[in-house]
Amino acid sequence: MIVRILHEGQYRLSGATAERLRDADARLVAELGAMDEEGFRTAYGEMLTLVRREGTPLPEAEIHESDLILPAADTTLEEARALFHPSVGDSAPA
Amino acid sequence: MGLLSRASTIFKAKVSKVLDAAEDPRETLDYSYEKQLELLQKVKRGLADIVTARKGLEMQAARLEADIERLEADAAAAVRQGRDDLATQALERKAEEGEQLADLRKQIEGLKQEEDKMADNERRLSLKIQTFRTQKEVIKAQYSSAEAQVKIGEATTGISEEMADVGLALERARDRTERMRARAGAIEDLTAKGALTDALDGNPGEGDLERQLRATRQKDQVAADLARLKAQMGSQGGGGV
Repeated sequence: MIVRILHEGQYRLSGATAERLRDADARLVAELGAMDEEGFRTAYGEMLTLVRREGTPLPEAEIHESDLILPAADTTLEEARALFHPSVGDSAPA
Repeated sequence: MGLLSRASTIFKAKVSKVLDAAEDPRETLDYSYEKQLELLQKVKRGLADIVTARKGLEMQAARLEADIERLEADAAAAVRQGRDDLATQALERKAEEGEQLADLRKQIEGLKQEEDKMADNERRLSLKIQTFRTQKEVIKAQYSSAEAQVKIGEATTGISEEMADVGLALERARDRTERMRARAGAIEDLTAKGALTDALDGNPGEGDLERQLRATRQKDQVAADLARLKAQMGSQGGGGV
């Protein structure tokens, strides 16, 4: 699976790493409502670290479509919550 | 649904808007390439704007530094004349300007980071545009094949994603640069007016406690400075700083 960390670059992830990322994502979303800024930074930072450490960076000159987009590393809790606000983007797909 | 899939959906909606281009797929390639070059120009301008903003702030910092030096000299002169009241005033102002200078240096550091990020964006985008240009010509040469159609889709989707990413980065950098500039501008205004007491009032997140702590810190600094100047006076001739 190819993922892009916004403003940073693309990585290729193995199936196992992608699975771990999905798990971490599910945990993050479950806790998002009760999280403070620092808690979010830590949790999201760990997800990014997982991608950077376990993933293989794609060569910079290559052009690939990503399967998954990760928000930028400096995303704030407020911005993360706004992603789930109904006014952002279109109606939620399945 | 997860944060990442939500972010992906929203981001990809932006990408597809970029993609809606021409009917002839070959035109799509040329159109996309044109847009890429335009974006690269924007990134270059964005980078230049950040550099300009940083230089402006550096000049402002240099002025503050000079002012702080002058205030120190003023205070020393006042102590020599036995005017502790005037010395205290000068040192109070010096302490406040010192805080402003520290704040300004933070903004400058922030702009340097934006600059690095934008330079990185420029480099990456240039590389991708070069790759796209080569691919574009190859695909055009073999356009008759059905495979080429697929390749055009792949190439334009991939580069459009890159462009949407860089476009967003550019927007964010612009916003941040503007915010840092505005903040530095507020410092400049206060310095010019001499209305220094509330210099950091516009600081989001600085509550009453922080303000009091800062006031205390400045008071301690002033007392220490005054004592130092007096000690220097007392030990003139042998005095080290």
